[in-house]
Amino acid sequence: MIGGIEMTLNDVQPGSTVKIEGLENSSIKSRLMSMGLIKGTTVKVLRSAPMGDPMAISVRSYNLALRVADAKNIMVSVL
Amino acid sequence: MATLSVALTGNPNTGKTTIFNNLTGARQKIGNWPGVTVDKKVGYVNHNDRAISVIDLPGTYSINARSAEEQIVIDYLLNEKPEIVVNVLDASSLERNLFLTLQLLECGIPVILDLNMMDEAKKRGLTINVKEMEAQFGMPVVETVAKDHKSIKKLMDVFTEKALCNYHPSDLIEEHIAKVKEISNNNKDQVEEEIIELRYALIDNIMGKIVKKSGTSNSITEKIDHIFANGFLALPVLFAIIYMLFEITFDWIGQPMADFVDGFIGDTLTPWAQEILADLEVADWLQSLLVDGVIAGVGGVVTFVPLIFTLFFCLSFLDGTGYMARVAFIMDPVMRRTGLTGKGVMPLIMGFGCAVPAIMGARALDSEKDRRIAMLVTPFLTCGAKLPVMALFAALFFPDDATNVVFSIYVAGVIAAIVMAKVLNSTTFKSEESTFLLELPPYRFPDMKTVLLETWDKGKGFLVKAGTIIFAMSIVIWFLSNYNFSGPAEMEESFLATIGAAVANLFVFHGFDTWEAGAAVITGILAKEAVVATMGVLYGVADVAEDATEAAQQMQSTIGTSFTSLSAYAFMIFIALYTPCMTALGTIKKEFSSWKWTLFSAGYTFVVAWVVSLVIYQVGKLLGFGA
Repeated sequence: MIGGIEMTLNDVQPGSTVKIEGLENSSIKSRLMSMGLIKGTTVKVLRSAPMGDPMAISVRSYNLALRVADAKNIMVSVL
Repeated sequence: MATLSVALTGNPNTGKTTIFNNLTGARQKIGNWPGVTVDKKVGYVNHNDRAISVIDLPGTYSINARSAEEQIVIDYLLNEKPEIVVNVLDASSLERNLFLTLQLLECGIPVILDLNMMDEAKKRGLTINVKEMEAQFGMPVVETVAKDHKSIKKLMDVFTEKALCNYHPSDLIEEHIAKVKEISNNNKDQVEEEIIELRYALIDNIMGKIVKKSGTSNSITEKIDHIFANGFLALPVLFAIIYMLFEITFDWIGQPMADFVDGFIGDTLTPWAQEILADLEVADWLQSLLVDGVIAGVGGVVTFVPLIFTLFFCLSFLDGTGYMARVAFIMDPVMRRTGLTGKGVMPLIMGFGCAVPAIMGARALDSEKDRRIAMLVTPFLTCGAKLPVMALFAALFFPDDATNVVFSIYVAGVIAAIVMAKVLNSTTFKSEESTFLLELPPYRFPDMKTVLLETWDKGKGFLVKAGTIIFAMSIVIWFLSNYNFSGPAEMEESFLATIGAAVANLFVFHGFDTWEAGAAVITGILAKEAVVATMGVLYGVADVAEDATEAAQQMQSTIGTSFTSLSAYAFMIFIALYTPCMTALGTIKKEFSSWKWTLFSAGYTFVVAWVVSLVIYQVGKLLGFGA
């Protein structure tokens, strides 16, 4: 892996910025991509909801909430 | 000259509807798209001697026909071919917004690019080179601030001055379109994904040329969310906001306004009507029909119109701030257990105002299953029309604890909705995975024009109901309660007493098996407000809608003998949960397009209410609350 350790988006600490390396196939893969989550995009993890799920991220100048289960399908590397 | 047709399209949360409202003002018609229940908003305006019709298409992030909304947008643009298509863009999150723009251009639809929320973009340190943007896309670009009249005027100038058919996509865009066509023709598996990547590559390229960023400010939204959507404070804040909502609606604004309207009906209108009718020597029965039937019945409902308008105002206001998305964010784990997503919270919260818009609002949910469950459980919530019943009974039987008792009814409704959603999810509907993907828009001060128009649009439904159903109902109930087969009769021997007594047999073990309660249950299916109107007519209180405490005093002597505080509470629970009103059932029928589901909705809610109410009464009695 170039740049850093590879992990999935749900494991990223709030406040950290990471780069998307790829998306696993899932029923909402193309929806996630349409919302701007594609390979090479940088994403900042903002927070988790009070009950730990879903999580909020900042991507392409807007904030998006997604479930941890879906974040598990997004592979990222630390910048 | 013929009317110029303009269509507004864009992502959700871009201020598109605010632009629409400020363009057309109150000159708009809100209806439905055929076959689906997505709002169709059309408005009219004159500018530079040109009549313009504007359509506000549903907000979508893309046009892949994944949802009814996306289908509507693409069908409308391709089939109706409006002369001007405005693509409203949130200038502060341009990248994602331009995705839809590229899709529109790929479909051969020339658009006016409306850079909206320029004020916010500037605050974020963004400078956008408009000239360069026009060159990059080959389309006209306008900067607007939706709430600002000058920029709305500027936008209308563009409508009348620029003919979009004269604009052609730039070479850059043409090249992109050619590439997309090429990929589409390669019958590969991942065509869609490849095209998405192509679009964002182009967007990144264009963004680099037109946008300059100076410094990154930690936005106010981040600071607010740090408290409102983070950690242990989020839930108390959520409950505090909902509590405030009710406090404002019922204690601060709604109730005093309701008292005012009520005072007018009771102290001015009723005596005035009586006087005039007496002067005209109108027959006694007609006087009674008009004063005891119509004025008392309709008046009882009209009194609650201010409450309902206040509630809708608060909900529209909250929606406009962006907080509703946080509610969904916070509540998603809870809603997920019921099989819904956090988005389901929004229609459910609307259900506190009225089940009808709440049922219609369920269409915002992502899957058919979510929509159906939300529509079936929404009627359990204590809507604005049930509130008068609760307020009256609480004042009558729990004068010292009225607020807490009413609050407990609200909680009971929420629990019933959650439990039944869970049950429906695991039994009736096959468990398909639902997903949750939601934009958290920046906090904003809502556009008041939009809030007021929304409030009016939703609230007027109640006025119409008061004027039609309740009016007719009042006459029917008056007739049923004053007549039997042998003509005019005392109320105890009237038709209503007979029907009510038959229904009351169902409630022998509930503690409220009186014919009055039975009659109220029947009329309550026609409209929940009618429960109060019926009680008013039956217990002989001329204007039952007098502020609840006063009405309570008037009714104490008569109603007090029919209920104990425990059976009154069981009755309140029953009324809170049982069969939705006719209007709500009509909406369910329309949404489901199925009589089977409509009857199911009517029946299963009755059963749930009957059981819960029974348990409360019997357990309460065992615990010694029966006295």
